[in-house]
Amino acid sequence: MQDTINKDPETIAREIVDEGIEKGLARLTPEKISKVINQVLTKETGARFKVYVETCMRCGLCSDACSVFLSNDRKPQYSPAAKVKQTILEMISKKGNVSKQFLKDAVRISHTECNVCKRCAMYCPFGIDIAYMMLTVRRVCHKLEITPLYIQDTVNSHSATMNQMWVKEDEWIDTLQWQEEDAREEFENLRIPLDKDGADIMYSVIAPEPKFQAGLIYQTAVIMHAAGQNWTMPSTPGWDNSNMAMYTGDYEISGRIAQVHYDTAARLHVKKIVMGECGHAFRSVYDIGNRWVGWVMPPFELIHSIDFFHDLLVSGRIKVKEKYKKTVTLHDPCNISRGGGLHHKAREMVNILCESFIEMTPNKEHNYCCGAGGGVINCGPPWKGTRMTNNREKGEQLKRTGAEVLIAPCHNCHSGLEDIVHHYDLGMEVKFFGDIIYEVMEKTIFQKGDL
Amino acid sequence: MHAFINFIMGPMVWISFLIFFLGVIFRLYKMFRLVNKTENFIYSYMSWKYSLRSIFAWLTPFLPVSTRKRPVFWGVSYVFHVLLFLLPIFLLSHVVLFEESMQWSWFSLSDSVADILTIFVILALIFFAIRRITIPEVKFLTRMSDFLFILIAALPFITGFLAYHQFFAYQYLLIAHVISGELMLILIPFTRFFHMFMAPFTRAYMGSEFGNVRHAKDW
Repeated sequence: MQDTINKDPETIAREIVDEGIEKGLARLTPEKISKVINQVLTKETGARFKVYVETCMRCGLCSDACSVFLSNDRKPQYSPAAKVKQTILEMISKKGNVSKQFLKDAVRISHTECNVCKRCAMYCPFGIDIAYMMLTVRRVCHKLEITPLYIQDTVNSHSATMNQMWVKEDEWIDTLQWQEEDAREEFENLRIPLDKDGADIMYSVIAPEPKFQAGLIYQTAVIMHAAGQNWTMPSTPGWDNSNMAMYTGDYEISGRIAQVHYDTAARLHVKKIVMGECGHAFRSVYDIGNRWVGWVMPPFELIHSIDFFHDLLVSGRIKVKEKYKKTVTLHDPCNISRGGGLHHKAREMVNILCESFIEMTPNKEHNYCCGAGGGVINCGPPWKGTRMTNNREKGEQLKRTGAEVLIAPCHNCHSGLEDIVHHYDLGMEVKFFGDIIYEVMEKTIFQKGDL
Repeated sequence: MHAFINFIMGPMVWISFLIFFLGVIFRLYKMFRLVNKTENFIYSYMSWKYSLRSIFAWLTPFLPVSTRKRPVFWGVSYVFHVLLFLLPIFLLSHVVLFEESMQWSWFSLSDSVADILTIFVILALIFFAIRRITIPEVKFLTRMSDFLFILIAALPFITGFLAYHQFFAYQYLLIAHVISGELMLILIPFTRFFHMFMAPFTRAYMGSEFGNVRHAKDW
């Protein structure tokens, strides 16, 4: 224990044993390493990669953007450009002939010390996309089969079941029916309609909801029912909108996941997809997955819960009975604020729902990542300690608000922020918008004449 | 000696400009060819509106949050980059030289103003060099080539300054001034000096992604 206290965080991080990485490294030969690196760097990248490498003036201005850098007392090796220098630039200058120790560091840097949040792209005068460079490193790691164990397991689940958590089909349906049954105690005719052909809305969630947080599905069902929405949930694979393969560089699986999601919506002939409060899933189905499948923009109107709930509240389909009393602050998840511009609607919604709102700073596009995003939390228990160290800046940012409740409309953020709140002893409750709406809404069914 | 001076002050000037212009065109051509070959999806996302929005946001002094976090660096940087272009173009002796050979001239700065601005440029470059040594995160990223860039950019200004004041060895300083200026011109297309031409494109792409897809500002 004494040992751990005296060591600097980087040493601790370098000594972490992740079975997925260790076993993968043991299998590698120098030939395989250089072959894969050269294949990815020359065949799978293009103009952007080349221009980014050739244009960076190493001014270091990206440093101020990175919460991992700020959390580590501005140690130079944690700056965004330094992460590129320690990974990509080395691979290029050594023509792929790098050591196993180098690769071990590259996995750690790209998978656990960068949230691919793209905040640095807003601080670089040239708009160089360092997150893309880190994802390229992860692509190399994927092809070398040295991805961290826990997130790789998640991808394996995606590949076998098309959901993130090994949820079986009957378990999925059973969970929905169980939530429907419970919710019927509040609203006697409430349904969670499965596979309803031609519904207006297909509602999709991430697999942790049926696995651990079925109550969230319950709340959404109540909101949908009360708002009089014509909605459905698919009973077949494709119900899960999450996508961890996108973060491990397993783009083939990532594309399949997005494809099956859109296909399911097409099969049900719905008008639009509404997705639960998740950030990375939004990135997948709104920005990344569609590109891999070949759509410039998603083939369906794709609506994040913030957008959807905002509409219900503003249009009066959901009415607030009594505003939420506790002081709240709002965390803007990277993938839906910096990645979707939903921070304005989120604020309007907080003001509709809550009595007292305290802004955290920085906010909106400039908010710090929760520290869990980009697949970092999914690297699992071996990396939790260093994650907490790397999230110090976020912890301080939260603490400055002094709010009692922290609204985080994203699953990854939620889990990460719970960890931060616990680790830094902030005593905040972390909530989704769905939690607050469910608590303050009038539990009456919307009638057309009400508007 | 005279023949050499005549060469570097005559044909070599035009050769340098030719290499500079052809080099820039060649590099941009290569970039576009690579985009077309590897990532032509980029065009689906590019938008004039959001490209220009981002470029102008980043050209507006102290508009981006990033620039407000580092006011000293950005202050120096703005002045430096503007002067790097303005000074050589509007220097009286350059205008006169151009007029002698092309019978065409334009506005020029007074020598005393140009003299002070030259000192600004040299100080700015010294500032950049010191920054590379003293700020840990910048030092970590710095390679020998970064100091070379600073030196190459500084030489025309240092030699020009010294030659103007005729402190010593005027003729040699003048030769050094001309050669270093030509060297800088020739190197721009083939080194990271090329960021001056690439930056608008990288900015435009990121600006378009942020504006078009992400509905967010990128500054």
